[in-house]
Formats: sequence, structure tokens, C-alpha cells
Amino acid sequence: MEQNKENMMVAALENGSVIDHIPTDKLFTVAQLLQLRDCKEEVVIANNLKSNVMNKKGLLKISGKFFNEEEISQLAVICPNIRLTVIKDYKVVEKREVLLPDTLTNIVKCANPVCITNNEPMKTVFYRKDKDTLKCRYCGKEQKLKDIKLK
Amino acid sequence: MIFDIYSISSDINMENRSIVSIADYGKEKIQYLLDMATEFEAHPNRQILKGKVVATLFFEPSTRTRLSFETAANRLGARVIGFTDPKVTSSSKGETLKDTIKMVSNYADVIVMRHKLEGAALYASEVTNVPIINAGDGSNLHPSQTMLDLYSIYKTQGTLENLNIYMVGDLKYGRTVHSLLMSMRKYNPTFHFIAPKELEMPEEYKLYCQQNNIKYIEQQDFTEDTIADADILYMTRVQRERFTDLMEYERVKDAYILRADMLGKCKDNMKILHPLPRVNEIEYDVDDSKHAYYFEQARNGLYAREALICDVLGITLDDIKNDTSII
Ligand SMILES: [Zn+2]
Repeated sequence: MEQNKENMMVAALENGSVIDHIPTDKLFTVAQLLQLRDCKEEVVIANNLKSNVMNKKGLLKISGKFFNEEEISQLAVICPNIRLTVIKDYKVVEKREVLLPDTLTNIVKCANPVCITNNEPMKTVFYRKDKDTLKCRYCGKEQKLKDIKLK
Repeated sequence: MIFDIYSISSDINMENRSIVSIADYGKEKIQYLLDMATEFEAHPNRQILKGKVVATLFFEPSTRTRLSFETAANRLGARVIGFTDPKVTSSSKGETLKDTIKMVSNYADVIVMRHKLEGAALYASEVTNVPIINAGDGSNLHPSQTMLDLYSIYKTQGTLENLNIYMVGDLKYGRTVHSLLMSMRKYNPTFHFIAPKELEMPEEYKLYCQQNNIKYIEQQDFTEDTIADADILYMTRVQRERFTDLMEYERVKDAYILRADMLGKCKDNMKILHPLPRVNEIEYDVDDSKHAYYFEQARNGLYAREALICDVLGITLDDIKNDTSII
């Protein structure tokens, strides 16, 4: 049943992206990150959908939207393990799980106020230490993913 | 790659010989620098850097470190330019660190810099091809201090292997003890951390010890008996401003003071180190003991820094051994 509903939603999209497997408490954070409030294209925001993998989940369908790598990295920081589907001419052209990359360049803000990155016009660089920890290249301080602020 | 700790290097500067951190240096590189320092101790005055310009940029004042670096440069025949007070530089007019570094890079062959912000030296090393020596970036790293500590231990003990190293006082904020701890990891040390509860060794460094199979013992008692087995007694300042609980400070402030009468049972080879300046944590009656080594330790800073400056300039140990410019 779920599969059908999902297929219908995806199938209805001519060109654009579907973000699936969003934790329900992260859905509106993601919507805000993507500035969907100002989006003039067709947008579907769905939450508390039944899921086999994660109990309940959120889903976004955005017409005419194709993510670049930077945006995908931002998504990965906000909620790792989401699934991204790219649709062109009603066809799925790409489907992938968005994983946290090893290196995040200029995506994340360092929480350390005396880190050089917060005092100089420069790019931040973070390394993934483990699945929920990032480490600042410059000051070496580690931060938990759940506490991360985007740049 | 010089700063292995940041193992993914910047694309800009693969050839950069900067020394931002030595925390990840292997035994071979450490020994190489110790051998260099030994050569400089034998002959500290040379002209091997004749014609070179060393810039000392002290965005944050640190008289001791600056004097040591400038003496090292001068005794090797280099000229020194730089500043020590940020108020007289354009940094206070809002110039970025990058712009200051770029400007000075036009004049100097090597930049020694100290900055209050963490990561400043690494960033500086990414924006210039002139090698940077980190003379302290906030509470982050201070490799030349670590190098002189290693040299002092090596020189007094004849080895860095299998030593009992006792760290006393402020182990929470003490940057020098953290750097030393990491640099010793390949030498099978046994650490004793002697500190008040509020200033004990942070969890992350204890975890580091566990992950690297470094033995450590934590204790709060600082007595003649508890230090009897030490090869190195590394003292640090217990500063009032580090305490959130001032009652606690009053209670412990005198508990971590070393007195001459505590040295009765210590090993013959034991040496007392201290990064200086001391306040009251080592009584003056200790100065006359054969175990006191902190002033010599500071002098070793000169040889260690001579070695670091030469290393970043690509001058090798062989160059130094075959140097004909000795004065
Ligand atoms: Zn940082």
C-alpha cells in the first residue's frame, strides 16, 4: 500500500527531486533549509507516512529542483541517510542514499568561538570522525552532528 | 607532509614545510630534530642563515617565546623583522590574517607566528608558500614548546623510551602537558596525572591514552612518596582564574607546590621540568637541587627552535653537521 502511494507521488512528478526517509522531526528543518516557503514550483510536503524502514517518515517532492553537491552535503548534515530521487521526464534517473561525506567544505559552522574560521573570511572544513561526529580542520574541536549549525 | 595530524592536506600547499603541529610526528622525525638540536647545542652560533629574514608575528604577546625564537634566528645569522603588539599593526584596523600573512610573505623567508585564535597557524600555512612555524595558536598547539620538552627529557634521561612521567597541577587547561602526552605515545611512557579534581586530565586525553595503549595512573596526592618513582616531574601552574569554585581553589592551591624536602626519596636521574613562568608551584629552595632543570629547559628552547627554523627552510641535519659557518 505504502509502495503504491509513494509510486503515485513520484510518478506525478515530471521533473524534480524527491527526498524520502526524512525523520519526522527533521522535516520542517529540511523544508526551511531548502527555503520551500518561497518556492514557486509545485511542492508536496508529507509527514508521518508509514515506513517499513523507520516507523514514520517525512517526504518532500519538489518540482523543477535539482540539488548540487553543496546542497546535498547540507542535507546530509541535517539528516543523514535520507534518500534522494531525481526525476526527469517522469523517469527516475537517479536514486541514492545521501551519506555524510568524509569532508565538508564550507557547509558547517564551527561551534568554537575562538576558532579562526569564526574570525576570518574563510571556508570551514570539517572531517567526519564517525557517524555522528565532525572534527574542525582548524581548531580540532569535535562536534556532534545533532548540535551542528550550518554556515 | 609536515602536519600529519591534519592528514588531508590543503591542495594549495603540498610543498609547504610549515610546522603547525608535531603531535603526529613519528619517532624518526622526532629523533632527527633532536639530533639537530644536539648539534646546535654544541655550536649555537653560526652564519648558516646569513641572508635570510625571519619574521616573528606576535598577534598575541608572549615575551618568552618571542625572545627565544628571535635569539635562535639571530644566533644563526638571520635578520629578524616583526611585531609583537597587535595594536601597532593593521590587524587592529580590521586587516584579515590572510592579508597580513600575504604582505609579510613578500619580505620574509620564514614566518614565526603566535595568535590567540585556534587554527590560525594552519590557516596561515594555507595562504602562503613561505613556511610558517606555529609559536602557539590559542589553547590549541605549541609545537616548539613540545620540542624543547622532548629535547630536555631526551638530554637528561638519554632516551625517550619507557619513562615514568609525572604531570602535576593544572592538567585540564595545560596545553603543554597535552602536547607532550601525545608526542610521547610511541615511547612506551607511564604517566602519572597528579591534579585537583577540578583540573584533572580531560576525558579526551585519557581516551587518547587508552586508544594508544599508554599507561596512566591518576592521583590527587602530591607527596614525597607519590613522586618517588618519577623520571620526569612536569610541574604546571595552578591558576586561580581556572577555578569555578574558589573555595576549591583555596583548598587545593598549596597542595601542588613542590618543596625541596619532598625530593628525599626521588630517583637519582629525576629532573623537574616547568614551562615557565612559575608563580609559586616550585619553592625557591628547589632551585639549588640537582633535580631542578627548568632553567636549562628554557635554554634548550633555543636549540630546539634553531632546529625548527632550519628544518622549515629545508636545511638538513647533514647541512648542519657539515656547516663551515660556525662562529
Ligand atoms: Zn574550529
